[in-house]
Amino acid sequence: MVVFDKPHSLADVPLHYCPGCTHGIVHRLVAEVIDELGVEGKTVGIAPVGCSVMAYDYFNCDMIEAAHGRAPAVATGVKRALPDNIVFTYQGDGDLASIGMAETVHAAARNENITIIFINNAIYGMTGGQMAPTSLPNQVTQTSPYGRDVNHCGFPIKVCEMLSQIDGAEYLERVAVNNVKNVKAAKKAIKKAFQNQVEGKGFSLVEVISSCPTNWGMTPQKALEWIDEKMIPYYPLGVYKDRSAKGEE
Amino acid sequence: MAKLTFKSDKCKGCGLCVDACPKQVLALAKDKINKKGHHPVEAVNEDACIGCAFCATMCPDCIIKVER
Repeated sequence: MVVFDKPHSLADVPLHYCPGCTHGIVHRLVAEVIDELGVEGKTVGIAPVGCSVMAYDYFNCDMIEAAHGRAPAVATGVKRALPDNIVFTYQGDGDLASIGMAETVHAAARNENITIIFINNAIYGMTGGQMAPTSLPNQVTQTSPYGRDVNHCGFPIKVCEMLSQIDGAEYLERVAVNNVKNVKAAKKAIKKAFQNQVEGKGFSLVEVISSCPTNWGMTPQKALEWIDEKMIPYYPLGVYKDRSAKGEE
Repeated sequence: MAKLTFKSDKCKGCGLCVDACPKQVLALAKDKINKKGHHPVEAVNEDACIGCAFCATMCPDCIIKVER
């Protein structure tokens, strides 16, 4: 009996990510969910700009590459033109929380029936480890060599907390992928986010606390510990909004 | 007994599976180098494997197939 194998929706090609980068885990979870819901043939994914820019090569469903930060806008267009299709975006923190913040907030405000997978690794990975809007206070990056000074650079943006104030958002949850238990919880959240779209409930966003061993300057193992020690205390895990659970509809 | 299959040429030797295994079944092969230039993971103690698939759950590159 096969206990575990590569999901069908995930292409059988080597991923370009650095060793130990948890992007691969999240890619697999998304593919597993697409398989389990049986929607591979009608799913359209929107790839972002950032480390996951080549996500279009890694999923076997249809994929579109959006301009930087504009994945929710492209997803809005696809979903409105093809309402029977399942549309998801896969975005990093530089894409969603920085240049694409306006698109994200307005897609939530309109309660677009799309699913957003948001990877928060507190750094700009692809460009070489610069400070991101989500970098922690005092975090050392290429552009904050003495640590992020909140008096000068401001505070990190907590996307789930912020979007939970928007009436339109249907489902917001923050998860992590730094150990087996959290990966299982992350899959459950991603599945719910896709299920919400199938049921026509509306805007669902899952924020995944992810690691960047290369740009954090750590081993993959140490990076996962750093998530537990530094990131989760600042970005608490949990459900930030779930309208259907509260019966607010 | 569980059976593990690895796509060794896709392994990047990050070792996350090694740490996730509760039975110390896995280790990085220090005497081997794969196509990508990494030391790939291998099962050094496959008899102890209980088929929990924790290794595959943590593998970012989806190279492990678990059967039992």
